[in-house]
Amino acid sequence: MKDINISELERKFQEKIDKDIKIEPKDWMPDDYRQTLIRQISQHAHSEIVGMLPEGNWITRAPNLRRKAVLLAKVQDEAGHGLYLYSSVETLGANREETIDDLHSGKAKYSSIFNYPTVSWADMGAIGWLVDGAAIMNQVPLCRCSYGPYARAMVRVCKEESFHQRQGFEIMVQLAKGTPVQKEMAQDALNRFWWPSLMMFGPNDAESKHTAQSVKWKIKRHTNDELRQMFVDATVPQAELIGLTIPDKDLKFNEETGHYESGAINWDEFWEVVKGNGPCNKDRVDTRRKAKEDGMWVVEAANAYAAKRAIRKSA
Amino acid sequence: MSKKEWPLWEIFIRSKAGLSHKHVGSLRAADAEMAVENARDVYTRRSEGISIWAVESKDVYASDPTEADSLFEPSDSKVYRHPTFYDVPDGISHM
Repeated sequence: MKDINISELERKFQEKIDKDIKIEPKDWMPDDYRQTLIRQISQHAHSEIVGMLPEGNWITRAPNLRRKAVLLAKVQDEAGHGLYLYSSVETLGANREETIDDLHSGKAKYSSIFNYPTVSWADMGAIGWLVDGAAIMNQVPLCRCSYGPYARAMVRVCKEESFHQRQGFEIMVQLAKGTPVQKEMAQDALNRFWWPSLMMFGPNDAESKHTAQSVKWKIKRHTNDELRQMFVDATVPQAELIGLTIPDKDLKFNEETGHYESGAINWDEFWEVVKGNGPCNKDRVDTRRKAKEDGMWVVEAANAYAAKRAIRKSA
Repeated sequence: MSKKEWPLWEIFIRSKAGLSHKHVGSLRAADAEMAVENARDVYTRRSEGISIWAVESKDVYASDPTEADSLFEPSDSKVYRHPTFYDVPDGISHM
């Protein structure tokens, strides 16, 4: 009897999805849908939080006050994005602290791009331009995701991300028209961040085990390869405009399709980084874990202060 | 020492005078004052608001979505509550 009810509920659920009716926290949803969202949204939240680290590295060394104020604002936005997303995860019944502990234990993943080091100021430009650019490609369709709280969080995130990409591109523009050494810095940052940015969209469609179901549930609106292609098509002309060269000797424009064709991605590198063997994986997770441990006294002090304030109020 | 998690708060923002407060999301804070301070940083970094309400999530009593059909049925069946239900004779332009 129970099985019949579940399949009827699932049928009604899919009917809502097909009609573009959003799913809200207290609505019935299949357990796999819930688990898929918890996994995806928490990974997304972790990516925002870990994503503060490569850029945080340059706040004290920004070349001038304007750049420093902008970078601070951007990194603060990333923290905000992480918080919107953790609160979305909580609407699915996941526990926020356990979710964060999964990041610290290595159980949960985050975007592999943040496991690359930021060795020069130009990397702040490349990250804003390419990494935030790729994130926008991923996130804009998520504003129409079938799960209401995630979609609403994404609307806020996307509004804020476009400043992130512009500030990064501005850094690249300035360096590219600067001295030969500055232009070389910009090119070097592009060389190091181009391929990892393409990998941000995830494995090829044929290898992506979650895509088909996520598309059916309208969690995802486009496949990994479609989004990657949109990113390449948008970004290559931007590089050309500022006189930088995309580090892909096989890259060519196909007149017939109107799309750029890229060379092969080194998926071995991608999987190595995902598995934890990227240049900064250990450092990133250690830093986050230490931040939580060192910050526990703040959590406790705020609790003690709130308790004291409550007593004073009731007196 | 207490390792208790901070409670969850629902945040409502009035974007400008004349508009009502609207739910924007939730956050964790030790008490109501801290919830308002955190909401300022999390939800109004770009002048999105002039007033913040924080309500502890456990205090929100919500209708049950599985009973939505029966709860809202009485209003669905009363089309005569809408002006479009009525015929207005030709020649009357505003009513």
